[in-house]
Amino acid sequence: MKIKNLILFVFLLIFSFSNVTFSKEPAKFIGEITSEASSVLASEDSKENKILKLKKIAENNVDILGIGLYSLGKHRKTINNDQKKTYNKLFREYFLKSFSNRLVDYSDPKIEIQSEEKVSEKYTIVRSLLVATDKRPEVKLDWRVYTKDPNNPLIRDLVIEGLSLARTQKEEFNSIIVSNNNNVDALFNNLREFIK
Amino acid sequence: MKKTIYFSLICLFLSFNALADDGTRKPGGDLKECWEGFNKATFSLNQTLDGILFEPLAKGYRYLPSPIRTGTSNMVSNISNLMTIPNNLLQGDFKSAANNTMRLVVNSTLGILGLFDVATGLGYEKLDKEDYGQTLASWGMEPGCYIVLPILGPSTARDAFGQAISFFGGDPWYNITSENDTRYFKDSDYFFSKMADGIDFRAKNIEAFNSIKKNSIDFYASVKSLYLQDRERKISNSGIITDALDDSDWEDIEIN
Repeated sequence: MKIKNLILFVFLLIFSFSNVTFSKEPAKFIGEITSEASSVLASEDSKENKILKLKKIAENNVDILGIGLYSLGKHRKTINNDQKKTYNKLFREYFLKSFSNRLVDYSDPKIEIQSEEKVSEKYTIVRSLLVATDKRPEVKLDWRVYTKDPNNPLIRDLVIEGLSLARTQKEEFNSIIVSNNNNVDALFNNLREFIK
Repeated sequence: MKKTIYFSLICLFLSFNALADDGTRKPGGDLKECWEGFNKATFSLNQTLDGILFEPLAKGYRYLPSPIRTGTSNMVSNISNLMTIPNNLLQGDFKSAANNTMRLVVNSTLGILGLFDVATGLGYEKLDKEDYGQTLASWGMEPGCYIVLPILGPSTARDAFGQAISFFGGDPWYNITSENDTRYFKDSDYFFSKMADGIDFRAKNIEAFNSIKKNSIDFYASVKSLYLQDRERKISNSGIITDALDDSDWEDIEIN
């Protein structure tokens, strides 16, 4: 009995300790990622190496599958399982290429985390500021963080001065599908072309 | 004659506008395309003009010393208050109207014709610009069909109608420079200020534009989405940028 109690006590201790230690505050989480990405971009690495490192950061911290489903909009309810598998694979490659392409041309961006706001049980918005340089003004960046599992927060959207990248992507995908008689294969072809 | 043509076009837009709004429209990219062929052709024309004229000018503008660029930006921003103030009033936003009037007075005098932004230092905050399209939206007018205008770029039937109001006497800067013959200003002052405003905006966004172009699989749809999102944010007058976003579509995305 004593041993059982001891095991239970140790288990509870580890469990509570793990919650305290590993639960990530969304603002801190975004602060760590942006700082990691900034150091990659500021490094003397080749462009190819920077892209590889940026892709790794995205794979670990962005909910690529979730963004993919969101981007498919209403069409996610009409595609079959095979199409879903093909889409998930293509979207993953598309997203990683697009994400690293967008970032790699910035050199040493400075991002200041300002605040966070829990907007629902599953989402927290982290507000930040891309500091102005001589060439461009400061830019407001809001991060939509999926916090359903507080120990494993994931980024689901980046909102730049009120413009949501996920929503832009969703409307872009919808435009391609609708202008091709609701044929989702047309989107797949466009994604394949981009990944090449 | 020019005004008659413009007026006829606006009437045409509005007739399509009435057809386009069936009460089920969601915000943003679900906006109806009534003239997709025309829009895509105009978009292509604008892209060509941007490539051969606006982007090179914007790149050249960036070589100007920083104080000249800041002064230009301040000056066109100060002029835009002439349009923003009546729209603040029409929207019933008297606090912003008072703030922008003080900004206009202070920057036009102490700030030497708007070259320096003295007003911000004195506590008069720089607010978003307002136009007649935003005012019409605040009065409940639907955006109608999406349209791409030559040179002016993306718009909606409502926003194009708002621009027509400016030409028909709603823009005090247009009235004192181009419409009425005054001793102090010429037509060219109006067009120069509009050109400077456009180039200043383009110069601040060269990398962002190129990034969108490079990473879009449908550039036309991306620009449309970005324009409509930007208008929604401006119309909502929200200081917090994600307030204008619709969360409902995210709620049913469950992975873990």
